[in-house]
Amino acid sequence: MRLTRETAVLLLAFAALLAFPLGAERFYLQLFTKIMIMAIFAMSLDLLVGYTGLVSFGHAAFYGIGAYTLWAVSGETTAANFYAALPLAMAEAALAALVIGVLVLRSSGVYFIMVTLAFSQMFYYYALRSKAVGGSDGVYINVRPDATLFGFTPFDLNRPMQFYFVALGLMALVYVLLRYVNASLFGRVLVGIKSNEPRMRSLGYSTFWFKLGAFVLAGALAGLAGFLDAAQFGFVNPGLFGWQLSGEVLMVVILGGMGTLHGPILGAFALVLIQEAFSDATKHWLLPMGLFIILAVLALPHGLAPWLKRFSPRAD
Amino acid sequence: MSDGLVFGLIQVLNGVQYGLLLFLVASGLTLVFGIMGVINLAHGSFFMIGAYLAYALSATMGNLWLSILVALPIALALGLVVEAVLIRPLYARDHLYQVLLTYGLILVLEECRSLLFGDDVHGVAVPALFNFSIRLTSDLSYPVYRLVISAICLSIALLMWLVIQKTRLGMTIRAGYSNREMASSLGIDIVWLYRIVFAAGIALAAFAGMIAVPVASVFPGMGNDILIISFVVVVIGGIGSIKGAFIASLLIGLVDVFSQLYAFLPGSAPYVLMALVLLLRPQGLFGRRA
Repeated sequence: MRLTRETAVLLLAFAALLAFPLGAERFYLQLFTKIMIMAIFAMSLDLLVGYTGLVSFGHAAFYGIGAYTLWAVSGETTAANFYAALPLAMAEAALAALVIGVLVLRSSGVYFIMVTLAFSQMFYYYALRSKAVGGSDGVYINVRPDATLFGFTPFDLNRPMQFYFVALGLMALVYVLLRYVNASLFGRVLVGIKSNEPRMRSLGYSTFWFKLGAFVLAGALAGLAGFLDAAQFGFVNPGLFGWQLSGEVLMVVILGGMGTLHGPILGAFALVLIQEAFSDATKHWLLPMGLFIILAVLALPHGLAPWLKRFSPRAD
Repeated sequence: MSDGLVFGLIQVLNGVQYGLLLFLVASGLTLVFGIMGVINLAHGSFFMIGAYLAYALSATMGNLWLSILVALPIALALGLVVEAVLIRPLYARDHLYQVLLTYGLILVLEECRSLLFGDDVHGVAVPALFNFSIRLTSDLSYPVYRLVISAICLSIALLMWLVIQKTRLGMTIRAGYSNREMASSLGIDIVWLYRIVFAAGIALAAFAGMIAVPVASVFPGMGNDILIISFVVVVIGGIGSIKGAFIASLLIGLVDVFSQLYAFLPGSAPYVLMALVLLLRPQGLFGRRA
């Protein structure tokens, strides 16, 4: 791979994140871990919104499934096996995405937005009302998943710094995976579907299956993010399925600049840090947050990424 | 009549009343989608605003009907302002930005509600004139105010049908729905039409909130609950179809009441119905093919 200026910037940013724990307090370590989990979630949505042109407003459904799966396999006092629980969380999210995808992909445009929202709310209301999964109060996961493999423990999720590196590694992995996917024929077809679906169909591509593939992959990665969220905070509640979260992650993708992958990472850092600043200042932090979103839409039609590019004109 | 039959009748009346109220919210939503091509997530927040206006005004004025008379112009004005300042710049933009901006608007409106009224649940008394029940059997009765709500909603539905089918304004609305560019090139002022449709939709949602407070009380998040279920109504009925919204509203109202009653998929039954419609008829019962 030729070292372009863009890859150089990315490698530098990665190195900075690798070095970050050296001087950071525990609080910032955990905050950055939270941000990187959001970045994974946002990148998975970017595959749908930015690359395939499917505006999903119910992506939290899969995040919630990933999180609740960890709760389901964790014992009252015993830890779940990391290597079994993580793939299971992703598989369950993928399965849900497959079933929902078959239904929602029959619609498009405004319909698609509404239908994805409605399906995620279906999970939300189920989690809210069903006593079997804890109801509206949510439930605690008392023990973090254990990463011991044949007596050897490569990392311990109870240590914030090690959790940080796990999140960083997974974020980098998801980034590379999605870069690879987007460069493949599959990814090229998705971009083609976004710009002109009838043309792709007349070229002989069965676009439904490509969209379904993207939907399932995005769902599985959202499940991964949800799993990490539950592992970090040790607590799941119906809000993980909620539309506030779906709206937030959509905001991250668009604010960061969709269809870029590094945009959503940037957006996750920007949004969560802004959120942190607002919520420190006032209990009613959603008010400035909402105003900020409205102003951002009116003033920044293409997100943060192109705005940043202005300062480094030859970034790509 | 046997008690069982009367009990069933009461459930049907409840379902119809809920469905008709839902129709007031969903009809505005479906028109704004169908004619303007705009997705407004904050539509439900205006239901919430209507309810809180009625609660606050009737607390000072002591009369629900008077406070509705005062609150309705406020809601209409709010609709016109929101359209002019926030929605108009979005007409030409992608749905994505419409979703985002109106999502931001929900947060702002919800926090303003929290700042002004706090986060407690409040009730409003049923208007004295209708504060009684009709005895159906020795131990079953039905509150008259619920019948009044149904009657008001039905009258509005009839009025809407008359306006859309029989008046010049209705003709322009139908023209705007079937072909925006054509209507505008034939001299219909499309900007004016959008403004009217949007503000009317807002006013309808707010009005639904106002008449619902005596039976539903006011509480945080009430706007979002009704928004989501209105989406389901619009999807089932078909985007832009008032007739579809009417039938789907009644259907959802009945399905919701009976699924709770028999504990069959409580809370999720409307979504299962939506999934079925999507499978069999993706464009909705009365929608046109996309």
